[in-house]
Amino acid sequence: MNIIPSRRDMLKGGGALVVSFSLAPLADAQAQGAAGAKPVVLTEVDSFLAIDARGTVTVYSGKVDLGTGTDTALRQIAAEELDVALSKINLVTGDTTLTPDQGKTWGSLTIQVAGVQIRNAAATARGALLDEAAKRLNVKREDLKVADGVVSAGNKRVSYAQLIGGKTFALKLDHTKPAQAKDPATHTVVGRPVPRVDIPDKVTGRFTYIQDFRVPGMLHGRVVRPPAIGATLEGVDEASVKDVPGLVKVVREGNFLGVVAQSEWGAISAARKLKATWSKWEGLPEQSKLYEYVRATKVFKEEVTGNVGDTAAAMAADGVRKLAATYDFAIHTHGSIGPSCAVAEFKDGKLTSWSASQATHDLRARLAAMFGLPADNVRCIYLEGSGCYGRNGHEDAAADAALLAKAVGRPVRVQWSRADEHGWDPKGPPTLIDLRAAMDADGTITGWESEFFIPQQTAGRFWVPLTSATLAGLPQGDDIAPGNVFQNSAIPYKFANVKTVCHRLETTPFRPSWIRTPGRLQNTYANECFIDELAAAAKADPIDFRLKYIDPADKRGIEVLNRLKALAKWQTGPSPQPGGASGPLAKGRGVAYVKYELVRTYVGIVADVEVDRNSGVIKVTHIYLTHDCGQIINPDGLRNQIDGNMLQTISRTLIEELKFDRSMVTSLDWASYPILTFPDIPEITVELINQPNAPPWGAGEPSASVVPSAISNAVFNATGVRLRSIPYTPGKVKAAMGGA
Amino acid sequence: MAQRKSLTVNGRSVTIDIDDPEMPLLYALRDNLALKGPRFGCGLGQCGACTVHVDGKAVRSCVTPLSSINARQKVITLEGLGTPQRPHPVQKAFIELQAAQCGYCINGMIMESAALLTTNKKPSDADIKNALANNLCRCGTHVRIVAAVKRAAGAA
Repeated sequence: MNIIPSRRDMLKGGGALVVSFSLAPLADAQAQGAAGAKPVVLTEVDSFLAIDARGTVTVYSGKVDLGTGTDTALRQIAAEELDVALSKINLVTGDTTLTPDQGKTWGSLTIQVAGVQIRNAAATARGALLDEAAKRLNVKREDLKVADGVVSAGNKRVSYAQLIGGKTFALKLDHTKPAQAKDPATHTVVGRPVPRVDIPDKVTGRFTYIQDFRVPGMLHGRVVRPPAIGATLEGVDEASVKDVPGLVKVVREGNFLGVVAQSEWGAISAARKLKATWSKWEGLPEQSKLYEYVRATKVFKEEVTGNVGDTAAAMAADGVRKLAATYDFAIHTHGSIGPSCAVAEFKDGKLTSWSASQATHDLRARLAAMFGLPADNVRCIYLEGSGCYGRNGHEDAAADAALLAKAVGRPVRVQWSRADEHGWDPKGPPTLIDLRAAMDADGTITGWESEFFIPQQTAGRFWVPLTSATLAGLPQGDDIAPGNVFQNSAIPYKFANVKTVCHRLETTPFRPSWIRTPGRLQNTYANECFIDELAAAAKADPIDFRLKYIDPADKRGIEVLNRLKALAKWQTGPSPQPGGASGPLAKGRGVAYVKYELVRTYVGIVADVEVDRNSGVIKVTHIYLTHDCGQIINPDGLRNQIDGNMLQTISRTLIEELKFDRSMVTSLDWASYPILTFPDIPEITVELINQPNAPPWGAGEPSASVVPSAISNAVFNATGVRLRSIPYTPGKVKAAMGGA
Repeated sequence: MAQRKSLTVNGRSVTIDIDDPEMPLLYALRDNLALKGPRFGCGLGQCGACTVHVDGKAVRSCVTPLSSINARQKVITLEGLGTPQRPHPVQKAFIELQAAQCGYCINGMIMESAALLTTNKKPSDADIKNALANNLCRCGTHVRIVAAVKRAAGAA
């Protein structure tokens, strides 16, 4: 039932602000949510904040911590704005019944969007609390101070708990007209390297990941996926598992096949032993001809993302030097260390789904459609999983668990195997990029053209089809959702003539989704390599060459590059190194730059590499990075995140490539899809440029986007050989050097 | 089919009911004993997330059948190494240096490193990197992990 205000205290605030406190006690958060009492709309303070009778603040965030430390950073923002100790801030995230829908946790937007919304809610709440305190204490509002949730003026004091404890704010929010937030000069929590709240439990085995979550009466499920992506299930021999102890059921629905058992090991044993026959399917392209396939794929639509002047005329002009190159970037898997896992329970016609979904509100709509339920009868609750770096298998596991739970009438936990995760998580699609440029006799770029061959994105929504719904033939739509992969196809350089075009392809070999820095990574890679090619052709220093074309008004971008020069002790000069290094080990350094999505976070990078001419092995030895993401919330968390972007993207650049035959992914474990390991990690030197008075921008992705090009440019600097096909495996390196 | 199996885990003698003596130790720890430190990552002994100590040695519990473990052998998990209030020096260093991102692999990093430090009190960076060469981290926390192990070695 709803919480009904028994009395309303009307408070006249500043201007037109009217606050009403309802006196009904806040119930236990979950029970309260179940009653549907708590608002979750973006336009109410109560959607984001509650303060109980002990003064404990609960913050509600629709964006979740995917292992990047945002749970701590969001707490910092709320603690700062409310002047409450961090230890008094609770955080509830990703629960469709309790938390506002702040959009998917993606695109480096948690701090930039959710954090700013929470700041606005907290600033609005603080304003109302101060107004009420001024009234109760009979002092002027400007004479009030707040320390750790206690408002005071001289000897007079009243706590937030006394002012609001257990009642609701009933205050409207307008995120386009945010409340006055604190002066950043007074910040004591924001901008500090506050230790993360989750790490002590994580390093002592006390933390509950989704993989650890259990509910009473729960059974264990495993999926049995087809041996070929589009295969049809022709038969199941249930007798093959009749001896498995504790087997509850073999669940078959269309091409979906799964087993449920009393114990986890029982479910694993049954999934391994179950004999099923599947049709043959060979619908994948030949891996060796992947980019021919991409180039030949029908174009769904063209998107022009940059168009200045007349590039055709610039290219055809007399006396210009024309340059062209084609870059490609392999298919990658998310490669979460913990495979996807979820728990689901059907009870009284309602579905509760616990998962590591980065978008529980979206997942609720998808599960509702899949099972023909009203969305109100589905509740999706987030629990942290292994780092996912985008849409991995987490939501597919949620659908698997729901399907199995429905089939057996009991709660079911589904844990994917390593092969399930490598084989069936959605993939970062292959990317092919053509670039052309015209340069005049002075080495000035007069024209830049680029074409990006990338999958289409279903308009208006970002729904990666749920695998079990596809297999079972349940309703859900057939969207293609790689994410906003067009981003950073346009360039931050002011050439006289520019045309950047995305050919949005009708299809792509594997179900696509976003993996850390989707599109921005591949597109920035090609752009920043090609500009390095142009700088070399112009015999110009690659940093100075970039500075020449960056909009002079873009002072923060210029500062990032200038500071990078100092940080890396950059020696000005064209690439490759004059005279060239000889001997088996070639050393070089490369630079790259990004203005993320051309509207936010700036990053400059220098990568130092060693190339073993005999083995073809590239080793990144040192990364220097300058980073401006506006106001920094937690510099230590930011550094940790940047480290992660560096190491993960070095891995993707040098090593990673999904392997497949005509039927299925064949890199189904870590031996066949290796990633960077400890012996190959570089030193990392980072300079953070804090802008306390600027809005906080994202940092989850931008620094990843510059890594591949910096490495490529460093290899060129060292060897004079230009690598254009990710990953830079020893075989490719040797082949390229053999031709040099 | 059910059988009884006795184990010594984190200093306690425990007896569990199992259906299959070839079940890996990992599932006994996680499902029968409700321990959350050892983690399922690959089931293949490739990633290290499941690492525990058996008689002081780091082993991959996901590929260690229960039949190979007897009740006299001492199994220690991340929980048995230390607590948030009284962390093991390696755990303490990981907290101090904030050496985790998602933290899913960290069990293996700590268990492997703690085992290393019992035989190599002052490891070099290269020693640490080699010891952890078969422990995978996808978030890219390696730099901090190496620094934390070095710090723990100084404190041990």
